[in-house]
Amino acid sequence: MSSLATIGGPVGLPHFLVLAGILFAIAVAGIFLNRKNVILILMCIELMLLAVNFNFVAFSRWLGDLDGQVFVFFILTVAAAESAIGLAILVVLFRERKSINVENLDTMRG
Amino acid sequence: MLITILFYTFAAVLVGAALGVVLSRNTVHSALFLVLAFFTSAALWLLLEAEFLGIVLVLVYVGAVMVLFLFVVMMLDINVAQLREGLTRYAPLGALVALMVIVQIVYVTWVRRLGLTADMAFPSAEPLRGTQGSNTEALGALLYDDYVLPFQLAAVVLLVAIVAAIVLTMRSRPGLKQQDVAKQVAVRKEDRVRLVKLPAEKGP
Repeated sequence: MSSLATIGGPVGLPHFLVLAGILFAIAVAGIFLNRKNVILILMCIELMLLAVNFNFVAFSRWLGDLDGQVFVFFILTVAAAESAIGLAILVVLFRERKSINVENLDTMRG
Repeated sequence: MLITILFYTFAAVLVGAALGVVLSRNTVHSALFLVLAFFTSAALWLLLEAEFLGIVLVLVYVGAVMVLFLFVVMMLDINVAQLREGLTRYAPLGALVALMVIVQIVYVTWVRRLGLTADMAFPSAEPLRGTQGSNTEALGALLYDDYVLPFQLAAVVLLVAIVAAIVLTMRSRPGLKQQDVAKQVAVRKEDRVRLVKLPAEKGP
């Protein structure tokens, strides 16, 4: 079967994997582009986790195995904890430095 | 056919929203684009018959995490113009990395089909693990049976996150009047009461 013949065909696993890959690539590019704003970097990390979750859910559906969805559940939990702590650190940082510019945060540079 | 149309519509909206997160000049707009991305992802997960996770994504992410993001974005007084001025310096490198990731993913998953000869279409939905076909029911059975210990650990992770967030953001302002219970309990009579011997007045 020709690989490109499936574009108009039924939606299958490769569609979702490619979508997740595009999402992940956009998030990586976002971290490269926004070297100034810590909040945007946190948002890009959220996008990356979403892309990974897409892979888990798609493979769970393809294999007919729910374990992948349980993993997504745990990833969502850890991601929520991560963003809460990240934003708390950000608030403390802003209170100290009056800035969230990444380039100002080089105190520990050797 | 309907599924295909729905998939491509939501996928286009999702990619557009992700680009909006990355490229919009205002951080509030980025956060709102991220909300849109989560909503469309939830719809796509419904297409994948992961109903519980779709609802959880909307409830937890849009309802809690993104509200937290918006709260912080609006609370911090950020100089937007200063934050965006260096945008284009790393743009070629970022675009190159993104393009390479996309090309590799497309090659591996679409052209080479993961090296598998199996059918890549999704199997028809079948009742899951002796339940009535409810995704939530099957997931709950799995979560409270096979994954009890990781579930409890997830609760511990959330507890640690709560404590850490509170400890990080708690501060003592100067001039704030507050009780110190240990000091109050440890106080002794000698610290508070001073007996002064006054000379008795002479009568007239």
